[in-house]
Amino acid sequence: MLKQLLTNEYVIPLFLGVAFGIINRIYLLRTDYRQYPTYPHGQLIHISLGVIAAGLGAVAVPSFLKEDYTAITFLSLAAQQFRDVRNMERNTLTEIDQMELVPRGKSYIEGIAMVFEGRNYLVIFSSFLTTFATVLFTWKGGIIVGIVTLIVSHLLKSGKTLEHIVDVIPGHVRLEGVNLYVDDIYIMNVGSTAAQDIIAEKGVGYVLIPKNDNAKVTIAHPGQRQAILHDASTILGVYTDQGEPSLTPLVKRDLKTGRLGVFLLPYDKDITKGAKVIEGSTIIESSIRMPQEAKVNQAKGRET
Amino acid sequence: MKEISAIITTRREDVSGGTPVFVAKDEQEMQDIAFLLEKILDGMVHEIAPRILVIVRHK
Repeated sequence: MLKQLLTNEYVIPLFLGVAFGIINRIYLLRTDYRQYPTYPHGQLIHISLGVIAAGLGAVAVPSFLKEDYTAITFLSLAAQQFRDVRNMERNTLTEIDQMELVPRGKSYIEGIAMVFEGRNYLVIFSSFLTTFATVLFTWKGGIIVGIVTLIVSHLLKSGKTLEHIVDVIPGHVRLEGVNLYVDDIYIMNVGSTAAQDIIAEKGVGYVLIPKNDNAKVTIAHPGQRQAILHDASTILGVYTDQGEPSLTPLVKRDLKTGRLGVFLLPYDKDITKGAKVIEGSTIIESSIRMPQEAKVNQAKGRET
Repeated sequence: MKEISAIITTRREDVSGGTPVFVAKDEQEMQDIAFLLEKILDGMVHEIAPRILVIVRHK
């Protein structure tokens, strides 16, 4: 039986392709402080989908080589399938978000959903390339290409973090009567004296200074700001509860300079740790703006 | 949409309209009522003028 199976010329290529696809998916499935995808069932779902993606990528090669071009059309089916993954993730996260003390915000959710879809395509590519390489250069070539795809996945895995575009500086939280400021940036009006006392005791502030004009527009995006609050509240804790709207971490923008004032209510009041957390928050893909790339902002196009 | 869900004040003559108004005897009572209403209505307390507090639901 095994001998019969091995006489099929595509068994080893398919096996290697699927194997590297699955390894890729597992490698890309990191559950970090976000605890998303959730363990164990969230991960199980994504590993299963990864297996399907790996299989699809791998079997595309024999269909090509046997000139069975109609069989290739199932790849379009795969695209449809993985677009649904994005929908599924978006729906789940939107539902969960309503129950968060500090929500992720729609942009963050969209970013996560996009990553899940994209990673399945990465798995398809890596399986396809590994299988193809095995057919061309035997199993040794297959393993080399498989490892190369893993390295590419590693490079594509993480996006940039805020420290690339802003300087995070600890700010001074102060209350002037009912008005709350971080340094000179106005945050909100706190009318309740009970809340004022808690804010004076627990509040921590940071000022985010954009490094260039692109950064200024990017961090102004409300989705990006909500993501900063969510990340910081997840890692440092948040001194609030349901029915405590006065105790809400908030980010406000200084309109004159484009700086951001970040007001947090962490359990962990370590200032340097907090700054690191903000520097480490991801830049939301959909919030990135590049006004400096526009023709009117290019040096040579500028009329002086 | 944001809406003022209640007004708490000691300045009875300065507020009116369709929103529930809670008149307090002094500032301490005003703060106590505001504290309770904040929890009950899940709205934030803002001071829009001295001794006039409003509760606004932001979400």
